[in-house]
Amino acid sequence: MASRIEILNDGGFRSDGRRQYELRDITIDLSQQGHADGSAIITHGLTQVLVSVFGPREAKQRRETIHDRANINVEVNIAAFSTGERRKRSRGDKRISELASTIKSTFEPVILTSIYPRSQIDIFVQVLQQDGGLLQACINCTTLALANAGIPLLDFVCAITGGVHSTSPVLDLTTLEENDIPHVTVAMMPRTGKVTLVTMETRLHADRFEEIFRLAIDAGKVIHKEMKSAVRHRTDALVTAMGSGSRFAVSGEMAEEQMKDY
Amino acid sequence: MIAFVSFPVPSVNTEAYAVARHHLDVEEDALMDLDDEVEASGSNLKLTCPGESLTSAQAFMRGHGTYVDNEEVISSLAGTVERVNKLVTVKAIRTRYNPEVGDLVVGRITEVQPRRWKVDANSRQDAVLMLSSVNLPGGVQRRKLESDELQMRNFFEEGDLLVAEVQAFFSDGAMSLHTRSLKYGKLRNGQLVTIPPILVRRLKSHFISLPCGVDLILGLNGYIWVSKHVKESEQEGEEGFDAEAVYSNRNDEIDSATRIAISRVTNIIRVLAAHFVPLTDVLLLESYEWAIEQEGEPMDLLHDDVGEALVHAITRG
Repeated sequence: MASRIEILNDGGFRSDGRRQYELRDITIDLSQQGHADGSAIITHGLTQVLVSVFGPREAKQRRETIHDRANINVEVNIAAFSTGERRKRSRGDKRISELASTIKSTFEPVILTSIYPRSQIDIFVQVLQQDGGLLQACINCTTLALANAGIPLLDFVCAITGGVHSTSPVLDLTTLEENDIPHVTVAMMPRTGKVTLVTMETRLHADRFEEIFRLAIDAGKVIHKEMKSAVRHRTDALVTAMGSGSRFAVSGEMAEEQMKDY
Repeated sequence: MIAFVSFPVPSVNTEAYAVARHHLDVEEDALMDLDDEVEASGSNLKLTCPGESLTSAQAFMRGHGTYVDNEEVISSLAGTVERVNKLVTVKAIRTRYNPEVGDLVVGRITEVQPRRWKVDANSRQDAVLMLSSVNLPGGVQRRKLESDELQMRNFFEEGDLLVAEVQAFFSDGAMSLHTRSLKYGKLRNGQLVTIPPILVRRLKSHFISLPCGVDLILGLNGYIWVSKHVKESEQEGEEGFDAEAVYSNRNDEIDSATRIAISRVTNIIRVLAAHFVPLTDVLLLESYEWAIEQEGEPMDLLHDDVGEALVHAITRG
């Protein structure tokens, strides 16, 4: 009996009972969080991320303003209780600042920053639970929060992690799988199929890369469907709520008459 | 008495029931059917998401919230599609305030700079209030002196709230404000509520006085000032322009009944905003009457069930 966990058993199941290409359960919550301009919570299985977007607004520090476009500022905070062993990371942690700069460079070409000169868009990422696919959850959640904040985007950005176990590719890895097998995170824009981010921290055989890459693109389209339907649902709910007050939309003269009665 | 239900009653509102999962190829068709249904049901509001193709760029012009790629007009926002002749625009539901000349806004001073103040008005950049566009004590037609520049903090300080009008725009899109009217100026005797700007509709007058002794200033930027009612006879006339009163930092005496009325109105606005109901004067009046009928404390309005009952009562009623 090997001490290691079996990534893919003979029946074709993974350690958490999924098939090779099966994604984890995705839930999306787009409701208002605090006084953020836009916010979203996404869960991929046991990974949960909350993103709040503020702006476009005046930059806190004047030297950060760019005269012809908006400056994007990403701050990531990983909750101490998000992993198995409790660990407090400092703000200056190298891993965290790398994650923040990856998110920033993923979204810089996607957000239409030139519409908002001299302003700043703040993206605050809060990692609540992590079980693999941290970057993918951060990117997906940021897309949703930006869309929710009414910030113009070229397209949704959908990210997914893919890995390979001996010769068989698997999608949407958990921590267990990420620790064991080589993996790659791909972020793509579904309309054009353009890729905004490919990142890999482990070594992967060159022959295997293409297969995983294509699978990840397909998986991105599936995630896009989920994200789009969530955004649509939210927009629909807000439009309906605004319409419900339309009985009073008249105002003007009718309002004045009512006021006279008092 | 105990009742047994073999299955949970399917709620119509749950998302899980509304969204059926299909295979990728099948889902395309399913979504298309949904769109047809929406249009058939008579709702003329077309919703869209970022990256969704709207029309061809040859036949239509691109407006706000869209971009052109590969001869197609594509939406860049999540919101409603509007079309005026050949111009296609997308209006986001939740967004920051988009200023227009002549809008009434409520803002907060963030910075005092040479001959100007910077004002936070919920827009994408801080607004500018020039020293030359405020009324100074000692007559409206008075010239600006160097001494005025040196004592700018006597007029407005960091953190002060003010009501102003959008006068013009700078080349980078920042707005310039003015307070050259006796209606505008520093705010006191009340409190501020912030709501999404889209919920403030353009009205004939944005200065509303409710019969409960509360004055409201509905800033189009989503900042709302709720304050004690000031009798019109007591408002300073053109002649008796009183610097003491206009730039005073001291609140008047406010009795407890007025204080309660102010917080009740504030909480009503908060509840309506949380349910995304657009504000109008009539709606506020009805809500206030409803709140009085319930005989609760102003604080009770913030409970979820009371808030829901309020929204239900005034939108269906």
